[in-house]
Amino acid sequence: MRQNEAHTDIRILAIESSCDETAAAVVANGRKVLSNVISSQIDIHTLYGGVVPEIASRKHIERINQVVQQALDDAQMSLDEMDAVAVTYGPGLVGALLVGVAEAKAIAWAKNLPFIGVHHIEGHISANYIEHPDLEPPFGCLVVSGGHTHLVRVKDYGEYEILGKTADDAAGEAFDKVARAIGLGYPGGPKIDKAARSGDPLAIEFPHGKVRGSEYDFSFSGLKSAVLNYLNDKKMKGVQIRTEDVAASFQKSVVDVLVGHSEAAIREYGFRKFAIAGGVASNSALREAMEAMCRKRQVEFYRPSPILCTDNAAMIGAAAYYEYIKGVRSDWSLNAIPNLKLGER
Amino acid sequence: MKILAIDSSGMPASVAVCEDGTLLAEYTLNFKRTHSQTLVPMLDEVRNMLELDLESIDAIAAAGGPGSFTGLRIGSAAAKGIGLALDKPLIHVPTLEGLAYHFYGSPCLVVPMIDARNKQVFAGIYTFGQIQPEKDTEPEDPLRVICDQTAIGVAQLCTRLNELAQESGKTVLLLGDGAHVYRDLLEEQLTMPHWYAPAHLSQQKAGSVAVRAADLARQGKLETAAQHRPDYLRVSQAERVRAQRLGQ
Repeated sequence: MRQNEAHTDIRILAIESSCDETAAAVVANGRKVLSNVISSQIDIHTLYGGVVPEIASRKHIERINQVVQQALDDAQMSLDEMDAVAVTYGPGLVGALLVGVAEAKAIAWAKNLPFIGVHHIEGHISANYIEHPDLEPPFGCLVVSGGHTHLVRVKDYGEYEILGKTADDAAGEAFDKVARAIGLGYPGGPKIDKAARSGDPLAIEFPHGKVRGSEYDFSFSGLKSAVLNYLNDKKMKGVQIRTEDVAASFQKSVVDVLVGHSEAAIREYGFRKFAIAGGVASNSALREAMEAMCRKRQVEFYRPSPILCTDNAAMIGAAAYYEYIKGVRSDWSLNAIPNLKLGER
Repeated sequence: MKILAIDSSGMPASVAVCEDGTLLAEYTLNFKRTHSQTLVPMLDEVRNMLELDLESIDAIAAAGGPGSFTGLRIGSAAAKGIGLALDKPLIHVPTLEGLAYHFYGSPCLVVPMIDARNKQVFAGIYTFGQIQPEKDTEPEDPLRVICDQTAIGVAQLCTRLNELAQESGKTVLLLGDGAHVYRDLLEEQLTMPHWYAPAHLSQQKAGSVAVRAADLARQGKLETAAQHRPDYLRVSQAERVRAQRLGQ
């Protein structure tokens, strides 16, 4: 029985475990974060130079109850005051996703609460609803993270058209690989961002990846190879490289492509609003370049705070709210789908 | 004591509700659909059929390993989620002790084994008769643990079983998917009298997990839902490789 039938807020307990963060949050009406707990495993995965799926899954199961309980405690609420339980069910690492899905499902089942499976990318996009209470669709959105690079047309709540995506590496993946090659280590995004601040972005001209015949798709593997070739070439010749210059030049190449594609989409689709989301949306060069481009085009620019860019459950709670009010419910047989496509159910 | 038990450590998914001396429900499914898809629908069916008020449950038992890493986590997360939601304790039942309970009271050397690939199994050796236990189990515990569950080569296990059977005069009783997968190897290496469990007693069933859990609970072996985690009996491959590298 609900203790508080009279409340008008829709409160959702959300769980996210698609990669290496165990996260839970309580969100009211899709916009107000009552709690947002993130338990990062990054220290463990740093030992291996990247996320190890089996270790990630093991850490999720060890932490998940504490994280969920903390989210409820921080919100000063009990499960009896929740209206639904939501969880990321894809895309992501299947073993990692399964922990969150099984946990969320069991909680919802035991408490007779509606249960809603959420797409991880939809969560990232929805982080902007939390940060910007006035933001409403339609708008354009660039989602960039360690696993994803998507240029998306947000037509309405929960309605998406994918304009472009990566043909090979995700943008964040390229950051990780290049950071490893130039000795900055894992995670690559923040480390390259930092090193690039004291480097010259015009020092080396790296290629701007294009995908033949698809204007909005991305390709970063060629750029990654170009950086590796550059490093090998200099090493063979015994020439000392400046790590900061490589970082800055590589970063510029990525940012140019991301901003260029976004600008083309703004022109073609006439977006009045444009948002960025995902872990790489924390990158300072990307933020600055996107903001400048949007200003030039007189387009309203939106980006979440870094805490909402990283994988978190608050964004899942935001996305789930719009599914909830549409009456979307998942059944008890919901499975984790590692390659779930945006807009599919 | 009313126990809700879950076993998703192997191919079958199984849930059961047991109250004191009565098994109220046991639902086992060994089909291609994944545990993620089947487990909670099965729990839901059992709840509906029993008109079960979950608040009346005293503890949730889970087959805690060994087994499929993913399968263990699905069962574990389900048990932890229910435990968190209802504020109920969990009982961690070693998977092979649950399997051994299929032969509760047997004077044989009961040997459940789970395929761990590459001619390895997760196995334990148990009996219910009087024999000096290797593990210091409680006096009132009906289960005698001769060899606690561990990862072991099939050949090495056979050597141990031949010795034990020779010493004790007991017959060896083999069960679990490992007994099926390595039957040829077992036939080749086991020299002492042995037999194989039939289909209905060879695979994981939550009813046995529930009954074992009740015995463990009597020994005070309860934990919180937050504390519970699977016991894989093996580190991950990445950790193994790293340890080797650091050792060199």
